[in-house]
Amino acid sequence: MKTAEEHWLYVISSKRKLIDFNFKEIWQYRDLLFLFVKRDIVTLYKQTVLGPLWYLIQPLFTALIFTLIFNNLADIPTGEGVPNFLFNLAGITSWNYFKECLIGTSDTFKKNENIFGKVYFPRVIMPMSVVVSNLLKFGIQLIVFVAFYIYFIYFTNKASAAFPQLSLIILPLLIFLMALLGLGFGMIISSMTTKYRDLTFLIQFGVQLLMYGSAVVYPMSYFKDKLPNYYWLIEWNPIAIIIESFRTMSFGSGTLEVNKLIYTVITSCLIFLIGLVIFNKTEKSFIDTI
Amino acid sequence: MSSDIILKVDNVGKQYRLGLVGTGTISHDLNRWWNKTIGKEDPYLKIGETNDRSEKGNSDYVWAIKDINFEVKRGEVLGIIGKNGAGKSTLLKILSRVTGPSTGEIKTRGRIASLLEVGTGFHPEMTGRENIYLNGAILGMTKAEISSKIDEIIDFSGCIRYVDTPVKRYSSGMKVRLAFAVAAHLEPDILVIDEVLAVGDAEFQKKAIGKMQDISKGEGRTVLFVSHNMAAVKSLCTRAIVLENGTTVFEGDTEEAVDFYLSKGKVLNAIALSSRTDRTGNGKIRLTDINFLNKQNKSVNQVISGEYVKVNLTFEKNNLDIDFERFFIGINFKDDQEQIVLSYLSDEMGSNLSDFSNKNEITLEIPNLFIRSGIYDLRVQTGIGTNRESHLDTIENAATLQVLPGKLWSDGIINRPGNFAILPGEFKL
Repeated sequence: MKTAEEHWLYVISSKRKLIDFNFKEIWQYRDLLFLFVKRDIVTLYKQTVLGPLWYLIQPLFTALIFTLIFNNLADIPTGEGVPNFLFNLAGITSWNYFKECLIGTSDTFKKNENIFGKVYFPRVIMPMSVVVSNLLKFGIQLIVFVAFYIYFIYFTNKASAAFPQLSLIILPLLIFLMALLGLGFGMIISSMTTKYRDLTFLIQFGVQLLMYGSAVVYPMSYFKDKLPNYYWLIEWNPIAIIIESFRTMSFGSGTLEVNKLIYTVITSCLIFLIGLVIFNKTEKSFIDTI
Repeated sequence: MSSDIILKVDNVGKQYRLGLVGTGTISHDLNRWWNKTIGKEDPYLKIGETNDRSEKGNSDYVWAIKDINFEVKRGEVLGIIGKNGAGKSTLLKILSRVTGPSTGEIKTRGRIASLLEVGTGFHPEMTGRENIYLNGAILGMTKAEISSKIDEIIDFSGCIRYVDTPVKRYSSGMKVRLAFAVAAHLEPDILVIDEVLAVGDAEFQKKAIGKMQDISKGEGRTVLFVSHNMAAVKSLCTRAIVLENGTTVFEGDTEEAVDFYLSKGKVLNAIALSSRTDRTGNGKIRLTDINFLNKQNKSVNQVISGEYVKVNLTFEKNNLDIDFERFFIGINFKDDQEQIVLSYLSDEMGSNLSDFSNKNEITLEIPNLFIRSGIYDLRVQTGIGTNRESHLDTIENAATLQVLPGKLWSDGIINRPGNFAILPGEFKL
């Protein structure tokens, strides 16, 4: 009896293909993804008094402080007719989503060592659930931003130059790109932390440094004027491009360059794919090295 | 024929590297890179080299399991038995895809789900009900599957009153019950079970074993069952493999496999008692020899059930600072399921052993050894005081005694193995 054409559901083999994704399996586990999301949301603010209000307090206070320090004290201009507070809130809201995705996924293996060491499910479900649950958080923060946006534009005359652009229709694309970038980088870092725990510390302040390189608290044009020699540092930073685009779309001031957006799409996809490959490679044996 | 085979394990091996010399952290890697740049040799390679020169040079790598081959047919309940460290857990981890094999491959026709350890992924802040869903999904069930069984699961766990309370308020027993209830209602094609029967109280264990029996017998599920409980293996499994030091040493009928495993366990007795180190206690005295003697004072290894036997124990005294007035000795007979079936305890027997202070031997005389035929291991423990406040020496499996069937009853039918004791008695009409 020849076994060549036997049908096996799956084969666990010592030989590993470089690219070995089982999307069908991930689809089978979709319920798990949503249950993880639910768990993250339900349990985050258990036994707190303010509960989900923390979602709002974080960005609002950060924006307030940023306005005080960077705009009132350090005099960074936010563009003609764009309120400083609104400018900062836009930056923080979008930056936060990327940051939360990155930090939330960057310790996937370490944090879930216990579960991963006992039960098999497609490991990628874990970081994906982080990205999805952060999306909800981001949604709430976006609503806050929109509320302030409407208030400033339609009920005050502080935002004389700002008005929503038609290009806002590609906002979902920007969000998707941020998720891809956060997830991609997060998967790379989490895979490497199984061996190099040092990266956990690096990510702590690395993310903070990255924020200053990602045009969160200043417009890109201002950076170009002030520090033209270092402009290359942020010019091709995909996150800076995304944040700048988001503000440009909302306020109409700033630059929205199609070629840079296309570059961002390509980079994000690349980083995500690289992350996925490394993650997949790690998930098979990480339990022996962690 | 071959389509009957649901799982095929082909030449599977798993290698672990000891010590992780030279790799592990970025600082090591950087150090190596720096030494290379300034023209020195790799500092970590040196460690490796010295290791290589020593006797155990190539033991930098160990094979947790090696060359494992077996096939499982649909509906079969395969027992996997072996001592601690034999590679059972490693094998199960590979089967349940927690870690990958180093060599070989495993082919399967069905979904494998494991009960490696119950309660994985329980979140303390979520209620019992929420955790049932989460845990079920982690184990591979869909939400719809869980919903259709949730009442059954809650019922089985016996925690209905607490089901909407956060799990952090549960007692540990309740957590285990809930977790097992979820796991027991999984419906994978192949179920991997490892030692779950050791959870919960007696009542729940009974329930759990019953459920296992239902799963494996009634529902015709393929099960891989790993346990140290030979009774459970015998009653549940249709076939068994015995692992030793990472390789399969026996494959076949459950009864034979269990016997094979148990006889392997007796290898310990090949080592002289005096040189055994697997003992506990302060070591002021040590048991160095055990002999079984018959009525004629001849040394024996086998005794016929119901007959006379004398257990002669020889000790060495390393420290005489012992209160011999309160000296205690106990001998337990354990059957092949590690259950104590017979005990002789000097304190409850009121034996006066104060003269042991100037002797080195103690003899236990058993006029009629009324235990069923079988192989029994002896545990010998010595201590001070009835509360054993000072523990001198305890040694498990100090000796093995084979008890042969005896003709106890008047009409001469030999006793069968399986029950504890045989006591004189008579049926009357």
